[in-house]
Amino acid sequence: MRTFFLRQCFASAFSFFFAALSYGQNPLANDPKAAKAGEYEFRINCALCHGLGARGGGRGPDLTRGQKVHTHSDAEMFQVISNGIPGTAMPANGTNGQGVGMTDEEIWQIIAYIRSVEVKAPAKPMGNAARGKELFYGDANCSLCHMVQGKGGRFGPELTEVGGSRTVASIIDSVRNPSRRLAWGLTEATKEFPQEYETITVVTADGKEIRGVALNEDNFSVQMMDTTEQIHLLEKDKLRSFKKSRESMMPVFSPDVLSDKDLDDIVAYLISVGAK
Amino acid sequence: MTKTEKLIPPVRDPRGRSRRSLGIKIFCLMFLATLAYSQVSPDRLLKSSKEPQNWLTYSGDYSGRRFSSLDQINTTNAHSLTAKWVYQTAATGKLETTALVVDGILYATAQDDRAFALDARTGRPIWMYQHQLPQDIRPCCGRVNRGLAILGDKVFLGTLDAHVIALDSKTGNVIWDVTAAEYQKGYSFTVAPLAVKNLVVIGVSGGEYGVRGFVDAYDAQSGARKWRFYTVPGPGEPGHESWAGDSWKVGGAPAWNTGTYDPGTNQIFWPTGNPAPSNRGEGRAGDNLYSNSLLALNADTGKLNWYFQFTKHDEHDWDATQVPIMIDSAGKHFIAQANRNGFFYVLDRSTGKLISATAYGKQTWSDTKDSEGRPVAKKEASPTFEGHTVCPGALGTTNFMAPTFDPQTNLFYVTSRDQCDIFSTAPQPYEAGHAYYGSAYFPSEDGEPYRGFLKAIDPSTGQIMWRFEHASPTWSGVLSTAGGLIFTGDAEGNFIALDAASGKPLWHFQMGGAVYAAPMAFAVDGKEYVAIAAGSAIFAFGLP
Repeated sequence: MRTFFLRQCFASAFSFFFAALSYGQNPLANDPKAAKAGEYEFRINCALCHGLGARGGGRGPDLTRGQKVHTHSDAEMFQVISNGIPGTAMPANGTNGQGVGMTDEEIWQIIAYIRSVEVKAPAKPMGNAARGKELFYGDANCSLCHMVQGKGGRFGPELTEVGGSRTVASIIDSVRNPSRRLAWGLTEATKEFPQEYETITVVTADGKEIRGVALNEDNFSVQMMDTTEQIHLLEKDKLRSFKKSRESMMPVFSPDVLSDKDLDDIVAYLISVGAK
Repeated sequence: MTKTEKLIPPVRDPRGRSRRSLGIKIFCLMFLATLAYSQVSPDRLLKSSKEPQNWLTYSGDYSGRRFSSLDQINTTNAHSLTAKWVYQTAATGKLETTALVVDGILYATAQDDRAFALDARTGRPIWMYQHQLPQDIRPCCGRVNRGLAILGDKVFLGTLDAHVIALDSKTGNVIWDVTAAEYQKGYSFTVAPLAVKNLVVIGVSGGEYGVRGFVDAYDAQSGARKWRFYTVPGPGEPGHESWAGDSWKVGGAPAWNTGTYDPGTNQIFWPTGNPAPSNRGEGRAGDNLYSNSLLALNADTGKLNWYFQFTKHDEHDWDATQVPIMIDSAGKHFIAQANRNGFFYVLDRSTGKLISATAYGKQTWSDTKDSEGRPVAKKEASPTFEGHTVCPGALGTTNFMAPTFDPQTNLFYVTSRDQCDIFSTAPQPYEAGHAYYGSAYFPSEDGEPYRGFLKAIDPSTGQIMWRFEHASPTWSGVLSTAGGLIFTGDAEGNFIALDAASGKPLWHFQMGGAVYAAPMAFAVDGKEYVAIAAGSAIFAFGLP
């Protein structure tokens, strides 16, 4: 009888769990023990890109922000963790090839953890977004190389979503120290590392020097864009010289070139666009 | 008079029964002769060098050297190699298989435990077997499989739900299917088994779940388990004292890559992986035998003859599961391994005594050696909660990428990477079937970019004779051939032939998908082919 009763209890618990799952509510919401377990799961499975403490790692977004680009509800977060985000570096659960996939329960624990560290009232952007837009397309010259919402240059990374996916600190760092962490470019299926915005300098067989950013590269060929946005498709063995550098072609915007206030305004603009 | 002639009866009536009987008998004899030849006997496996047209084991032969004595494709004509066929598996993820080829038929595997046989000349499929996996398997590191073993008229597959399965090599039909362990507790197989005598030897995966690792041997005919060697000793067994408290029960030490066999001493050499939890030593004080070791096991009984532990009390997930290669030189018998911890080891394979240990990649965890010459870990290399940087990173200087030894150049070739990680702990209680890392690792944001190489190491000195730097680190294995060539793949999808002596690339072909497998060579109708898996497909190359 006792066994039967226990079975019934377990059955009810499972029904509840799966009902919660199907309706997208976190069955572990507001459970501090689950959030603690989720913290460890997060360190193991997520911190690689999203950073310790979920504050963003320069590769993955800061998840402590209450407003997220791809997920709002627990159910959406569960789906994103389970299935990844196609076309981005966010992999499906268990498919990054370097770790163990998580159970549904462990995913809910991670969601409980993320909710526990979220800053509910997002900090008011420090700058003036409208002025930031003017600077971006005007005096600061950002749009010479960067495109936002279909407008701007092609030479540097597209920035429409950067305000929603990167921490303020990492955006500022990219402007002040652009060579410290090169931006990621193309991601290829099953390839471990995305292409980075490395600087390429080649001298062609006819003696012409071309300098630009790598769009992609392998052992024998390179696809690059020069500062006039011309694409060059080159075979390395036909070049006189090939040099690759991690010194970014993005100029260093030090405070004497771009003041803190101006930068705050530009970041506010990027956040206002990225949060949409 | 030959045996066959003796069996032929006199012809009495050209249109009668005897003539028909003769025909049937001749047919039966031819059938039996064909059958006997097409079967892969233990003797054929022992003498695989006599049939270089075939690739009979994961590493090509029992030495583990992944060397083909075919030389039709060589340094003078490699530039003209062309794709001969492509077989699309339609599988997604990482294709890690090494194909076997026997008498014109190629046998390989794909993700989710699919096995198939192809016409090795055309790539056209002959049969396909798809193992039905439970929904709730959660294998570490991709739903991968590295290949099959073949013996008699069967091929052998280890599965992600910890089954060992014998398939009829002509049809793919299941002959036997045994459950080796509970997949619900994290046990699985990804390894290509090794057929030895009448046994199928296989090592378990699951070091990320706190399994108790083992190497098993099954009777090839019946599937009955003949022996099991637990890589974590139980109470009363030597080595048990190297685990604090009950930590041995969930000690890991899986055995997920294929070992080698020395018929001279009847020993199987099988490498083992990390202790669990992989990056947190707290709670498992001691050396944690036989994790991260090379085991010398009696092939008939599975009894341990000797062991050598490369990384004691590992806290960085540096499995020692890299394929060990037997090398004979000047009457001495060695076994060499390029280890994930960044050192290249040479042992006396009769005794397990260390001959040399030389760094072959960037490493910061050891700057001293013990009295035996074994690198000793610095105390400060242990992970902390805040995390600090150690080289190599968790993925190691090398990993499962199969190396090769070329007896013509006497060089050992291995894929390697220079990569450091920040190691931090993340305490985790053990829960059956759940991840049990106890740790987290991250790339150092300010660190140097990762670099990937193919390196040629002189085993007698540990010196790197040449290195080829890839555009980015690759997971491809390496093949050497008597044509003076090294074949490997890259992360960007190129298949590359290099001069074994100099490392100069001679040819490449863009396959359109990253390489996680190792190449092999075979011949059909007198024509040499080189094959490798990339992306979701298997590619075969040959001369025009």
